[in-house]
Amino acid sequence: MPRGQRIAAAQGLLLDRRLALTLAELCDASGLHAEAVFGLVEHGVIDPCGGSPREWRFPADALRRLKTVTRLQEDLHLNIEGAALAIELLEEVRALRERVRALEALLGE
Amino acid sequence: MQYKDYYKILGVGREATHDEIKRAYRKLARKYHPDVSKEPNAEERFKEVGESYEVLKDPQKREAYDRLGAGYQAGQDFSPPPGWEGGFDFRGGGYTGADARNFSDFFETLFGGARAGAGAGARRGGAAWRTSFRMRGEDERVRVPVTLEEAFHGATRTLHVHTSPTPSSGRSAPHTRALKVKIPAGVTQGQQIRLAGQGGPGAGGGETGDLYLEIELVPHSLFKLDKRDVYLSLPVAPWEAALGAKVPAPTLSGKVDVTIPAGSQTGRKLRLKGRGLPGDPSGDQYVVLQIVTPRADSDAARALYERMAREMAFDPRADMGV
Repeated sequence: MPRGQRIAAAQGLLLDRRLALTLAELCDASGLHAEAVFGLVEHGVIDPCGGSPREWRFPADALRRLKTVTRLQEDLHLNIEGAALAIELLEEVRALRERVRALEALLGE
Repeated sequence: MQYKDYYKILGVGREATHDEIKRAYRKLARKYHPDVSKEPNAEERFKEVGESYEVLKDPQKREAYDRLGAGYQAGQDFSPPPGWEGGFDFRGGGYTGADARNFSDFFETLFGGARAGAGAGARRGGAAWRTSFRMRGEDERVRVPVTLEEAFHGATRTLHVHTSPTPSSGRSAPHTRALKVKIPAGVTQGQQIRLAGQGGPGAGGGETGDLYLEIELVPHSLFKLDKRDVYLSLPVAPWEAALGAKVPAPTLSGKVDVTIPAGSQTGRKLRLKGRGLPGDPSGDQYVVLQIVTPRADSDAARALYERMAREMAFDPRADMGV
């Protein structure tokens, strides 16, 4: 990095539970069309609050799930059911790994 | 430029059939998919496997690759032999549909022929591609190690992000740029921060992708974390545990005095409400008592222990029937 180079400041958005995205915001953030999002909602991959698409609010982890499912579908040629099952299992594995890590840390005293 | 042994990467022999290659690819793609694998270099391996399959699944490319000969070792310095491409025309059609933006220089030298015009369009296989497709840039992901102190207080970090060449800059080399990012207080393990428009460049006038920072909490020497709760093992003297005491203990927000109730045993958990990671709701800190006995390494210390042994009716194994 050359000396004196300007460092750009980037405004980040923390994807945590308190955030709620509209359908338009989710489409914008993911680069997906609304129809693709409808499909993922129908398959229970992401679960919005609110009755109609206009009122839908997605928790921030919807963005992560949606992007993971899309990558799995494209990269591994999975259909939506397969990708939905994969992400359920992956998230369970992740939660269990974190639990194991926390318990190991506590036991390792 | 280094020679890549595509057969070795897929774990198949040079005589492998098309089906064997496909099976090996599918298995490895699942194994190293960055969303599935926990291995640190999974993304790199996944790309390598995809690149190998791109070449070996295509009879024409495979034949050309095989003609280079088996004499090279993986990683060996390599430059294409004179007259390379003789009899084949990869120009404008080097890629058959895989996401080729991350293929190696080795691949591009052999099969990415039409790069003369430069730009991402050419990198995807020819000028026709560039004019007929717009493509959003790739989202990039970076793991950011964050200490518990930073997670508690929040922090500003300068990241050095690896950037691929932009479509307008032709074949410029990848470079690193510095980016200043705020890590908000209360981030937890695995949480993501999205930086819109800071990812890979788009192609054909497409938008830039996003950059996702993934928080990786660094293990702490004193504190352990369970979600937002912080655990601290606190050593106490036997008399502090037996008689009760007020003792200092570290927290992520500094030193506090903790009241040890009389009659405490090892493993007793004391809760310091709201002293965990901030959030909604904030976590708590748990102080887990750990009774530490002083060594009997002087006459006086030994005399004290001996007096306790004589005068205290205490059998720690009373419940064991032994």
